[in-house]
Parts: sequence; structure tokens; C-alpha cells
Amino acid sequence: MPVRFLLDGEVVELDAVDPTATVLDHLRYTMRRTGTKEGCAEGDCGACTVLVGALEGEGVAWRAVNSCIQFLPMLDGKAVMTVESLKNDTGTLNALQETMACNGSSQCGFCTPGFVMSLHGRTIGARGCDLPVEEVIAGNLCRCTGYGPIIEAGEGAGSCEQDDTRVIAALKALEGSASGEWRGRRWFAPRTCDELAVLLAEHPDARLVAGATDVGLWVTKGLRDLGTVIFLGGIAELAAIEESDDALTLGAGVRYADAHAAMARLHPDLGELVRRIGGLQVRNAGTIGGNIANGSPIGDGPPALIALGAELTLRSMAGRRTMALEDYFLAYGKQDRQPGEFVESVRIPRPPADAVILISKLSRRFDSDISAVCGAFALRVEDGVIEEARAAFGGMAATPKRAGTCEAALIGQPFAEATFTAAAEALKADFEPLTDVRGSSAYRVEAAANLLRRLWLRSQGVATSVLEAVDG
Amino acid sequence: MAERDPAWKVLPKPSHPHDSARLHVAGEARYADDLTEPADMLHLAFGQSSEARARIVSMDLSEVRASPGVVAVYTAADIPGANDVSPVAGDDRLLADGEVITHGQAVFLVAATSQRAARIAARLGRIAYEPLPAALTVAEAQAAGSHIEPAQRMARGDAPAALDAAPHRLSGRFAMGGQDHFYLEGQVSVATPGEDGQVHVLCSTQHPSEVQHLVAHMLHVSSADVTVEVRRMGGAFGGKETQAALFAAAAALVASKTGRPAKFRVDRDDDMVMTGKRHPFDVAYEVGFDDAGRLLGLSLHLASACGATVDLSPAINDRAMFHSDNCYFLPDVEVISERLKTNTVSATAFRGFGGPQGMLAIERVIDDVAMALGRDPLDVRVLNLYGPGRETTPYAMTVADNVAPQIIARLRTTSRYDERAKAIEAFNAANPVLKKGIALTPVKFGISFTTTHLNQAGALIHVYADGSIQVNHGGTEMGQGLYTKVARVVADVFAVPMEIIRITATRTDKVPNTSATAASSGADLNGMAAHNAAMTIRDRLTDFLARTYSLEESEVHFTPGGVIVGAETLDFAQVARKAHIGRVSLSSTGYYATPGIEYDRSVFRGRPFYYFAYGAAVSEVVIDTLTGEHKVLAVDIIHDVGRSLNPVIDKGQIEGGFIQGQGWLTTEELVWDAKGRLLTHSPATYKIPTASDRPAHFTVTLWDGENVEPTINRSKAVGEPPFMLAISVFSALNRAVAATVPGKRALPQLDAPCTPERILKAIAAFSA
Repeated sequence: MPVRFLLDGEVVELDAVDPTATVLDHLRYTMRRTGTKEGCAEGDCGACTVLVGALEGEGVAWRAVNSCIQFLPMLDGKAVMTVESLKNDTGTLNALQETMACNGSSQCGFCTPGFVMSLHGRTIGARGCDLPVEEVIAGNLCRCTGYGPIIEAGEGAGSCEQDDTRVIAALKALEGSASGEWRGRRWFAPRTCDELAVLLAEHPDARLVAGATDVGLWVTKGLRDLGTVIFLGGIAELAAIEESDDALTLGAGVRYADAHAAMARLHPDLGELVRRIGGLQVRNAGTIGGNIANGSPIGDGPPALIALGAELTLRSMAGRRTMALEDYFLAYGKQDRQPGEFVESVRIPRPPADAVILISKLSRRFDSDISAVCGAFALRVEDGVIEEARAAFGGMAATPKRAGTCEAALIGQPFAEATFTAAAEALKADFEPLTDVRGSSAYRVEAAANLLRRLWLRSQGVATSVLEAVDG
Repeated sequence: MAERDPAWKVLPKPSHPHDSARLHVAGEARYADDLTEPADMLHLAFGQSSEARARIVSMDLSEVRASPGVVAVYTAADIPGANDVSPVAGDDRLLADGEVITHGQAVFLVAATSQRAARIAARLGRIAYEPLPAALTVAEAQAAGSHIEPAQRMARGDAPAALDAAPHRLSGRFAMGGQDHFYLEGQVSVATPGEDGQVHVLCSTQHPSEVQHLVAHMLHVSSADVTVEVRRMGGAFGGKETQAALFAAAAALVASKTGRPAKFRVDRDDDMVMTGKRHPFDVAYEVGFDDAGRLLGLSLHLASACGATVDLSPAINDRAMFHSDNCYFLPDVEVISERLKTNTVSATAFRGFGGPQGMLAIERVIDDVAMALGRDPLDVRVLNLYGPGRETTPYAMTVADNVAPQIIARLRTTSRYDERAKAIEAFNAANPVLKKGIALTPVKFGISFTTTHLNQAGALIHVYADGSIQVNHGGTEMGQGLYTKVARVVADVFAVPMEIIRITATRTDKVPNTSATAASSGADLNGMAAHNAAMTIRDRLTDFLARTYSLEESEVHFTPGGVIVGAETLDFAQVARKAHIGRVSLSSTGYYATPGIEYDRSVFRGRPFYYFAYGAAVSEVVIDTLTGEHKVLAVDIIHDVGRSLNPVIDKGQIEGGFIQGQGWLTTEELVWDAKGRLLTHSPATYKIPTASDRPAHFTVTLWDGENVEPTINRSKAVGEPPFMLAISVFSALNRAVAATVPGKRALPQLDAPCTPERILKAIAAFSA
């Protein structure tokens, strides 16, 4: 079955598709739309940013994504907007482009189309754009300008309602494909969890692809052949967000950008962590479940979710299985996922209003970076005594991991400075982190311990974040 | 032609947007990879060395050749001419010959029907190595006595005696890291074979002539057989001055041998591994000073890791020496510059070209002196500035145009430096975790290639009979707005609107034997060459019109309203038509060589620079003493561009240069492992500043002045100098760390880049 998507009002139909051909390569080298650029081919520079629209409810949800690590079948049934789409009918630049052309927003110009697309997304109300301009474009790198004119152009652009009536009609007529085959390589795009369970039973070795923010690099950098691929993006059930008084339940396919508001409501630190998990293009593609399922020791979601006591639900033909999230991570690269199983959802209990929580990500750069250390703490304090304590870390071990010795040093102790000093010392017995490109073992140990001090001082009203000092 | 002062005569003060801005925002500006690929195009990839240094024992490329899509595989033995892609020393191999000297070095070359096929095949080579001892760092190379050339010495007076006599004396050392250029458009070259052995290379390079000459030597053809063209680069920053040649030569080799067009579009990670970066430096110093902080004697030792080959390292390290005074008079001084040969990718040109490293060294010395005396570092800076009776550099050049004192004084006032420094003291006293710091540092940057013969440029201008004008010159466009500036110069000569001017791609068949567009010199040199070409044509037109209308030449005027010829006014197109019919040549070359510069490298004496560009910045930062995280809060800049050729473009260079400098000193860390492998070879691990790293408060003011030298429009070069304004961030971070131990009279031991880890380490060491 062909892959079909909408581009500038026209349906593009591709009969035979390499399931791991990237959207960027197709745009540039097949369709000759060379305005979209390759800067890194790994989703870190934003030069390849395009907007992808999907029917959601009565309208179209547009999202800025990195086309360099989106695979062509992921576009099936969607609409695409590239920089070439933006000119007015008369062939003139749109208002945002006009401003950027005049105010010095471009120097070498190579990153410019990506910035134009990110900012255009903001003007038309694309997902995840209700943030200050510099945060919307934090996933777009510019090496020339210093960003000033670009931010200025973005701030001046305001919002501009886009009439999506024709897109909606056209997308409704585009029934998505369920599968395809290309040179012996098969791919599937199931619509329900039941279908997925059946497919996984039939193809236990199939590679599951949700947002492709990680797997995309296996192809563009690892030059790997992924074999049979099952794309998860079309399964509506996996994209469900359920917010109740006692928990937030996120389907495995919920994109970080879509989960942001609900997670921020759970706790502001969690919202800030999600904001910093990657650039907007990455948050618009990367999923909660993908971040868990790949088992990365430096994935930012798991430590925070473990500290908050999250439960993971796995599903297969045999039914469902629920476990504490920390139990899912067995060893480096090894998770408790049986053949035929997939991650279905994660349930995060809503912490009580008086819970003491700190979630901190330490990295070289605040935005679009990977943690050296990610620490998360959730304490329940009663009558000045710490009754419960959960502490979990990323970047400190081969898996996201709880700090048992540290927790033991907290539980039953008075909520007082000395307790945190002792717990920080105890933490050193919990981990023997590696020295790697993101930090030395010594730094990780010291910084992780200092997060306990940060927790204590913050609870006492002391300013502890340089990001909060910006206006001070 | 009479000597003219080429300042804007006719057209209003310029601030045209970048000539390609409208194409950039529309996605219509074409870069080398954007041109339609011919059906028979081949795509290339290198098989790379897995060793830092080794003898190649054997090479089995059978699996490479058998890989799907592979059309050809070449090794050093297949190169018809010189196996060399180096700028000067002849020591950079296109393909390794017998031994490898860095990890990632090109060993063999694969040509395939797609980029992916070439990259997959390139990983299938089976190469047996016999590892040899490798030196990977400054210290290891020093221990091994491994240098690319002998250490250089620049001295004045008797530094040891001055140190002995000084009331105070201290010594220190610190290290600063290198920097990846991270141009957004990676290295790319497209070679198309022509008839009779000729080849055309479309190349993203700052140095088309050098690529042309290297390709010719490599193919064993003449320079006349090779044409190199570049319309624009997607960023360069020095990283495409010499580093483009490797990929251009590979593409030309394949095109020549197969007769098919060949494109080398380099994967980002391969690009970061295989191309040179800014030199990391280890600095040691001994300084003698008086009670007030005036420097009396300085012994400065600069040691850089140059990588495995010479590249441009001699000139880069020379420039580090020339800038180790910055704005300060050093009465008795000795600078020793050691150039270490390491088995890492050869370090190369990068915005500032050694200047930032030399300047950071002296600024740290000043901070050290100030902190030791418990004085505000700005007061110590001011005390040591060049001034009357103290205006000769250690290399015996007079600082004739010194506006640094005025710029500093103005910025001190406008930024409310002293008031803020007090407020920061109060903040630090009240905050146990967060500490702020502020610093104001100046810049004095010498303009000219220190290799004197490079200070020349050519241009070619055609006026067509319809009155349209094509402008061409040897400078390349990498985003800095050079084409726009030069076009404006030409428009001004003819008093025509910018729309009349068609800017054309830089090509070696239009203007030959050009220098790299580098050393911030692009507009100075090419602007003047284009001005001279345009003046030649205008003089011919003036002469022709005067003859035709029987007037004096003084009665012919080129004005925005048209060409006034006595009582008549003609539009420019009419003049062009009449001149063509009157058999006047409407095409001319133009040439310019910077006057007045000469220096003797054997003694480091003379006038290497035509003039200096100045600036100053004040930066305020905050650090988190628990995690080492930091944020640059506020930056104010005053910068001197002479009389600006284009204020919008110049401000863009200043802002962009500053942020790039901030990245060098804060987030951009290059990490190599013990085997000499670069671990930070992608934007996932190598972190240039992003939009949210730009300080929330950021102001740039152009200094209202003009160049004392008769440069084009009395402007000053702007490409590199602003980069070094970011030294204020480093200095401010040091003060913030120092604030963790109030009253301690010492400078923290903080190396650059100031990552959270380094800041935390410096805090611990400072309170120990």
C-alpha cells in the first residue's frame, strides 16, 4: 500500500517506500525541495525543521519536527509544510519572512529555513509553541547571528490564524496505510493496541518506532538496517492522556510536548524537566514510552517518574502486566520486556500538595542537551519527620536507578539540614558512576550529593537556580 | 588616477540587508548541495583510521569494493600527482600513505551511487595497523619533544630583571580548550569533469584559489585546467580556509578518474572528527607589578596543541603572541610560544586566529594581579592601558589609533559598571548558593594577514550596455555580508541603486590568485579592489563624456539622479549605451595591496598590522555553587568598526562573534579519549550556544569614529575582533567563583571552557 501525504494541497503518493528513508532526504533529493537543510542528520540543529499536520479532533494539529530523523511512513495520512510552502499566493514573502529578511535574522542563511519554520509554527499556533520565543527555537542552532534579530522577529510576529479547512477535508480523504514492503523489508502501522499485539506476536523481532528521535540515529548515523518496523504513531489509544485527582496516566505514545502541561500540573519541576528534555522538535516527536522503552541510562523521564512512584503497564497478546517503573530496568541495555510485549502506559500518582519534591537536570547547556546527572526526590514529611523518601537518578549508573542508601538515610529522620548532609554522604555509597563525555565520575557524585543540599535550601526559601536569577 | 579617499560620496548612509536575505528566508538561496544532481553523480566517503598513530601493515578493501552501489575505491597509490592538501608545508595527505597520524584520518576513498552506499562501504575496510607511540595533549607532546616548528620568542627589555626588581610577583598557569567551528553547512564539494582533463569544483571554501592549486597539483594538471567556484557558504568561521581542500581534492580525484560528476557531502560526525579546530592552549606566566597593579615585568609561556600537521599553526601562534599584550603596555616582556605536534586532527584557523588565546592569557594575568591586590580588575586594566609615552607594542609597532581608553570609560559609565559591582557584592553577601560576577574587558585586534604577501586582492567589474553591472572579486561570502558591502561600494562609485548591481559567485576563472577570505580582511581588501575597478570604468566614462560633449571632466558628475553632463542629465543606462557605441571598454579589473605593512618574523619586530580594531564588553554572570551551573545575565558592548560600511551587518557580526566567543569559554567542550578519538563529534555532545543562552539583556553600540588609515570608507574590519569581547564572560565567572570566599586575595583556578564541572572544581579548590 502506498504512503500518502499532503503537501501544499496536493496528495503525494509513494508506491514503494524504503521504510527508513528519511523525510528530509525525500524532500531534498527526490522532490527537489532543497529549502529544508541537513545540518546534522541527528535531530540536534533544527535546520531541517518542517511542520507536520495531523487531524486531531475537529482541526489540524501542526507540529514542528526534525525531518532528518522522521521516516517516510510516519508521514502517512499527514500534511507537510516546508519553507517553500510559505510564500503568499502572489509569490511574495510572508510577514515573518519579510521581517527576518530586513532585520538581520540571517547571515549565512543555512539555518534560516529551520528558524522560519519554527517561528511560523508559533504564529499559526502549532503544538508546544505557547512558550517564549527563545524556548520555541531552542532546538534550532544558529552559529552566525547570536539569535537577537531572530528572537525579535519571532516576538514581533504575533499570531496568525491559519485556515485549515481544505487541509482538513483533504486529510479526511487520506486513509492511512497499514503496511508496506520494500525490497523484502516490511513495515506496519497498526491503528489499535490489539492490532499491535497481534503484529508483535507474529513479528517478535520487529523494531517498534514511536517518535524516532533515538531510532532515527540508528539509521542516519549507525547506518543500520532496522529489519521489520512497526510504527506506533497511528495508535490513538497510545496517545491518551488521563488526568484524575489521584494520578496522571500517559499512553506510551504521548509526545512530550503534548504531555507538558499535564506534567507541569503534577509538579512544576516535572514541567521544567519536560521542557528541557529536548528542543521543541524533539518534544514534538519523542514519546513518554519511547524514552522508557529504550532503557537509556541517561533518559530524563525515568528518574523523575521513578521518584514519583510511577507504574508501568506492558501489554501483549497474553494480557497486561504492571510493575513499578524502576523494576523495568534490569541492566544496561536490558529491560523487562518479553517478546511480544510493548509498553502501553505509565501511571504517575499525583503527589500530595505538601510533598517535598525536587527534580534537577544537570547538563552543559540548559536546552537541548543530555544530562550528566538527573536527580529526582520525592519526600513525605509529617510532623517534621521524613516518613517516605524516594530518590532516583539518571546518569549515575547503567540504568535509571533508585538511591537506596540515600533513601534510608532520609526516612525516619527529622526534616533538617543535618539529615540532608547525612543523606548526601550516604548517596556516595549508592553509585559508582562512569567518567564519560558528559562528566567525570567525581563530578557526578559531588553534584548528585549537592542536589540534596539544593532540596533542603530550596525548602527554606533560598534561591538555588541560576535560571531564577535572570530577573533578580 | 588621482589618490582618492574612498568614502561614501553620493548615496545615503548604507544599511542594506544581506544581499541574499530574501532568498535565505524563502529557502531559495542555493548551497552546493542544493543543485540538481546529474543522474550519473557519484557520492563519496572516506575509510577512516581507527588509530591515532600507526603504520599501515596491510589493507584489504575487497568487501568495500563488493558493497552494493560501490563504483570505485581509491588509495594513495591512485593519486596521479601530489598526495597533498596542505596550505603551506606539504604535509597533509589526501589519503594516508603508509602510516596514519590521527584517528579518523582518510585512508581510502569510496565512490558509490548514493551517499549512504558510500558511507556503508567505507566502514568495511580491513586495515591492519602496527600502533606507534602517540602524543595526544600539550603535556604529552612536550614530554615527547614533539613540535611542528621551533619555539618562537618575542621580547622587549629584560623581563627576568624586571620580575626580580618588582615589588610584587606571582606566577600562574591555566588551560583553555579548542573549539569546533560548527558551521551549519558541513563541508561539501561537487566536482564536474570537463573536456581535455579540466575539472570544475563547486566548493564550500573560504579559499578557492588554494583549492584550485591543490587540486591541480594533485591531478598533475595546470591551475588553468581547474576552476573553483563558490557562491556562498553556510558558515565557515575559519573552518573552510584550509579544511575544504581535503574533500574538494577527493571529489576532483573521482571526477577525473571516472569521468563522472562526484559530490562529497560530509556527514556531520565525520566532519567534526576529520576537520581541524581552534588550538587548545596551556598558558604559564610570571608577572611582576607594583602596589597599584601596574605591570612591570612579564614572562609568558604559550603552548598550543597544533595537531599532527603544520596547517596554519605557525601564523596562528604568531598571532597569539601579537595579541598577548591586548590593550596593555608591557614594559619588560618575554613571550615564548611553543607549538606542539600532537596526534590529533590538525588545529586550524578559527575566528581570531590565535588572537583569542593570546588575549585570554593577558586578561587572566591582569585578573590575577588585581585579585592578589584586592583591587577591582577594571581599575588595574585601566592603569595598564597603552597611552602617551607607553604606546609601543612588544613587537615595536606604535599603537597610533588607540581608542580603547575612551571606549572603556564610556562603557564603564553607560553600563553603570561601578554601581552594579557594588550591587553584586550585596547580592553575594545575601545569597549562600548563587554568586554573581561582573567584568569589563577590552579588545585590541590587529588587522592584516601577518603573512604580508597575502594582503592583496583583485576584482572584476563589467558594465553592460543596458546599464546593469556585474561585480566579482576574490572574496567569498560565508554570511558575513561581504558581497553586500562590496556591491554597495560599487553602487556608490556609479551612484546607481543597489538593484542595478548583480553580485556573482567567486570563481578562480574571474579573479585569479586570491587570498583566503580570512583575517577579517574581506571588505578592506576586496572592497578597495572593487572600488579601484569601478573607478577605472568611471574615469573612462567621464573622459568619454567630456570628449563627446566637449566639456571639462569636472563638468561630469555621477549622481543618484543621473549622470550630469554639463547642462544635460543622462541616466546611467544611456551613458553605458553611448559609451559602448563610442567603443569604450566597460570592463575592468581592480587591484589593491595594503600599504605600509612589513615585519621581520625572525625577530618579531615591525608593523604586521595596518591598524587595530577596538571594543569593550561588560558581562554579568551568576553561578550555582552547588552544581556549577551558570548563566550570563547581561552584556553591554561598545565596538569600533570605524565608519561602518553597513551598521546592520556590522552589529550582526558583533553579536554573533560575542555569542560564539561565549560558547568557546562556557559550553563548548572538546573531549578526546585516551586513544585519541574525539568523543564530542556531534551536536548531541558538543554544545554551541542556543537562543536561550543569549543573555536576556544584550546591547551593542557602534563606536562613533573612523579609521585613521584610508581604508574603504574609513571603515574597520569586523569579522574577528568581537569574538574576544566574550573574554569578559570568563573574567566575570572567575570573579563569581572568587565570591565564594569573600576577602580572599587570589584568583580561582578555573580553566576554559567553564563547564559546570570545571566551575564546581574551581570552587572546591578555591576554598581548600
